[in-house]
Amino acid sequence: MSILDLFKRRTSAPVARERLQVLLAYERRSRAQPDLVSILREEIMAVIAKHVQIDQDYLQVSMDRGETMSTLEIDIQIPNKSPVPLAMAG
Amino acid sequence: MGKVVVVTSGKGGVGKTTSTAALGAAVAKTGKKVALVDFDVGLRNLDLIMGAERRVVFDLVNVIQGTAKLSQALIRDKRLETLYLLPASQTRDKDALTEEGVEEVIGRLRQVFDYVFCDSPAGIERGAQLAMRFADEAVIVTNPEVSSVRDSDRIIGLLDARTMRAEQGEHIAKHVLVTRYDAARAARGEMLSIDDVLEILSVPLIGIIPESQDVLRASNLGAPVTLSEPINAAAKAYLEAARRLEGEDLPVVVPFERKGFLDRLLGRRAA
Ligand SMILES: Nc1ncnc2c1ncn2[C@@H]1O[C@H](COP(=O)(O)OP(=O)(O)O)[C@@H](O)[C@H]1O
Ligand SMILES: [Mg+2]
Repeated sequence: MSILDLFKRRTSAPVARERLQVLLAYERRSRAQPDLVSILREEIMAVIAKHVQIDQDYLQVSMDRGETMSTLEIDIQIPNKSPVPLAMAG
Repeated sequence: MGKVVVVTSGKGGVGKTTSTAALGAAVAKTGKKVALVDFDVGLRNLDLIMGAERRVVFDLVNVIQGTAKLSQALIRDKRLETLYLLPASQTRDKDALTEEGVEEVIGRLRQVFDYVFCDSPAGIERGAQLAMRFADEAVIVTNPEVSSVRDSDRIIGLLDARTMRAEQGEHIAKHVLVTRYDAARAARGEMLSIDDVLEILSVPLIGIIPESQDVLRASNLGAPVTLSEPINAAAKAYLEAARRLEGEDLPVVVPFERKGFLDRLLGRRAA
């Protein structure tokens, strides 16, 4: 490492450009189709509702987008004092 | 039949109103008849930038609702006799504009004027969509900065989907106008470059307006920057952009700033 490198900091514009390219590629694709996360959220909610009664707020669905792969995070909280599973209650 | 040009951006504060006034006055200077229509209902500002705020009696909403005639609402510029302004109203009722009403007014302006510039409100909702609805061309005002570029991309999507032309399968001409460009910061890699912006948006460039005190000065004085004397750098850039809008094939030169002595010595490229 030369002494000059100490003064060299990475410029921010290329980072901005790269982030925009990834983001916009995704946004353009999703513009054409309905919002995937809300569809998933609705369907997951319907599946759960068959067995346990939970409030909408107890289900969190989020998508973390990567360049080649995305992570879908589903967080379902079932309160303990919550009703007996519907299936058992019959 | 005149041409309808929407000046739009998605993001607020990027320079739509400034650009509407500057481009409109530049075209009117050449003798073409130009109408500027303020679509920013509730937050009108074009009247101020044009220095016509004390002459507003009727507005776009009055015309649409039939309480005033179009000829009564149009304000003729004191400096250029071919330049007119149709102000927005100050009403807080966002639904004061109807699509049929806007269509009617734009249709009539188109018959009388060579150019109709529509100054869009910020956002991507109803107001912005009405401003672009009957446009033949769009000037997409963009600052070289991430959130502005992202919003411009969304606006481009709307232009291609929600305008009358798009729905009828016709082409809507789009131009990117980069404003508030700071050559020194671009040279230091602190700001997206013109190439970056164009590559990301893939819409042709109509001009680059430098960040400039002269723009502020012009708005303080209530005159479009293209009418200020002597011609400054921002005015020159707007005058050239207006010529390109009228179809002239004029190359865009990217403002260039040499790096400072210290920057070169240290090879510094600040983040
Ligand atoms: N090239 C420029 N240089 C310096 N200031 C500018 C420039 N363009 C616009 N501005 C300032 O930015 C602010 C927002 O501009 P405006 O035209 O009202 O944006 P918008 O209509 O998109 O909200 C105003 O204060 C204006 O004077
Ligand atoms: Mg504005």
